[in-house]
Amino acid sequence: MKKKIIFLILLILLSLQVYNALSGPRFPKPEFESGHSQPTTQSPSPRGIIFEYIDVLLLIISLSIASWLALKKRSRKGIFWLSIFSIIYFGFIREGCVCSVGSVQNIALALFNPNYKIPLTAIAFFIIPLIYTMFFGRTFCAGVCPLGALQDLFVLKPYNLKSWVQTLLGIIPFLYLGLAILYAATATDFIICRYDPFIGFFRFNASFMMFAIGGIFLLTSVFIARPYCRFFCPYGVLLNLVSRVSKRHMTITPSKCIQCKLCENSCPFGAINKPTQIKELDNQKTATKRLIKLSLIIPLLAFVGGWTGSQFHENMAKVNNKVRLASQLYFQNDTTLNINKNSIDSVEITTFETSGKPKEQLYAEAASIIDDFYYGGWIYGTFIGLVFGLSLAGLSVLKYRNDYTPNKATCFSCARCMDYCPVEPDE
Amino acid sequence: MNKSEKRKINRRDFVNSTLRLSFGIAIGSIGGILLSNTIKSKTVWQLDPAKCVQCGRCATSCVLSPSAVKCIHVYDMCGYCDLCGGYFKPETKDLTTAAENQLCPTNAISRTFIEDPFFEYHIIEELCIGCGKCVEGCGAFGNGSLQLQVSHNICVDCNQCSIARDCPADAFSRMAIEEPYTFKGFSSDDDEV
Repeated sequence: MKKKIIFLILLILLSLQVYNALSGPRFPKPEFESGHSQPTTQSPSPRGIIFEYIDVLLLIISLSIASWLALKKRSRKGIFWLSIFSIIYFGFIREGCVCSVGSVQNIALALFNPNYKIPLTAIAFFIIPLIYTMFFGRTFCAGVCPLGALQDLFVLKPYNLKSWVQTLLGIIPFLYLGLAILYAATATDFIICRYDPFIGFFRFNASFMMFAIGGIFLLTSVFIARPYCRFFCPYGVLLNLVSRVSKRHMTITPSKCIQCKLCENSCPFGAINKPTQIKELDNQKTATKRLIKLSLIIPLLAFVGGWTGSQFHENMAKVNNKVRLASQLYFQNDTTLNINKNSIDSVEITTFETSGKPKEQLYAEAASIIDDFYYGGWIYGTFIGLVFGLSLAGLSVLKYRNDYTPNKATCFSCARCMDYCPVEPDE
Repeated sequence: MNKSEKRKINRRDFVNSTLRLSFGIAIGSIGGILLSNTIKSKTVWQLDPAKCVQCGRCATSCVLSPSAVKCIHVYDMCGYCDLCGGYFKPETKDLTTAAENQLCPTNAISRTFIEDPFFEYHIIEELCIGCGKCVEGCGAFGNGSLQLQVSHNICVDCNQCSIARDCPADAFSRMAIEEPYTFKGFSSDDDEV
């Protein structure tokens, strides 16, 4: 019986082969006698390109409004309503992609891979907020970025963090940015998008894990205001650096500070610089010594960081699909390694084997990616070392200040502090 | 106020403007370099059915659930078979619409009698999860008229498609918005006639 079936199947297969050789489908489309009309294949069209330009236009408009509200109108209420708009449009309607935070990766990928054609909107979303920040400070964070705006709604009972905690946690975004650029530049993955904690809420759709992470961020935001913006956001790093030298910036007082201290604890983000007392200033001798020490420590930290980064390049490269497949293929027949066969994802291997691509080619490609990661590891590590060194230096640099001023690097221009200032504007 | 005095007063401002200028130049040059390598048109994610191996990850890897990848029926390629490899499980004896005969785990294919001996198969998009079981069956036995495609009314067009990342066959890529669907052995232009 079995033999018969096999014979029959073989016969069918053989006949199909013959049929195939004659070209055309195996079973030709019938000519219907009953006059049945065939339905059309459904192919719903994507969102039109015009909407992309509308997005960019709305970005420019809302950035202009945010800057105007923070610098000229000095209206917290206005910024609040703008952030509601951003949550609704850039968040729920637009459903997230592409946002300025994620566009960093598109830029990195495009800079290192000439084959990648970057969409104009991604460039626009990357550059426009930076330009605005260059002139007006981080008004993008105030009420345009939907991720920040969403967290801002949850700032209910903020506690001030100790400044050293804030500085230490403030290093995380640099680590994150560096890693994101490394993975984007090697065309491995877009980790910022992958681990975007809020996009699940905007889409009402995500894995349980991402909902949980997003929920934790929002709950934390009640007590530690805007945790993602301050301690994770990689785009915030760029805005932070550019904002330090912004041409204009939001001020706490409309005219002259009277040092009433009313605004002192008004900032939920710990972004208000207090006036420094004269006696806190160091004498020249210790300052010189410290400068010499720092100038030795910073290059050392950079080198140590670079070396450490390069040592981990293989581990970092394992995230890359090609590298992973190559190592799976390479080690699959190595019995000495005692790998559990089931743990290897066999779909990749079988797919690769049926694709007919030579193994050697894959190995060569993987080797070149690992090479990229070696240099990337050096650069990444050096960058991290520098960030640590410069943060250290920043702690010991004392800037002389008379008045209460917003810290231009970390201030989100949310305008909360303005309501605490009793000074009337000059007429 | 003479010139040197002015500069002395605004030392910090001078440093700031220099840095600002350099940031400006940096941002501008990044933009300039990239502008030469852009696409004016928009691109959307799509998968190439010729590369697809029906591993089933389209159903599980998408950020949306159910997935934005759906089975799309290219009617022009269909043989309207009674014994449909995409509809029935391989060992099915009675060709009825009974649940135990169906390959589709979500009952997303409807089978309607047209005329002897032809049956028409229709994918119910709301039920389809994009697992590709029917695609595999139709491709193995029939014409391959059932094909997995990213349905653009559902796809949210992520910056990085999470299915593309997990696809073992590297079948996903960004396509120009003018040609958002790729059907194997059939071009969508003919479809519009």
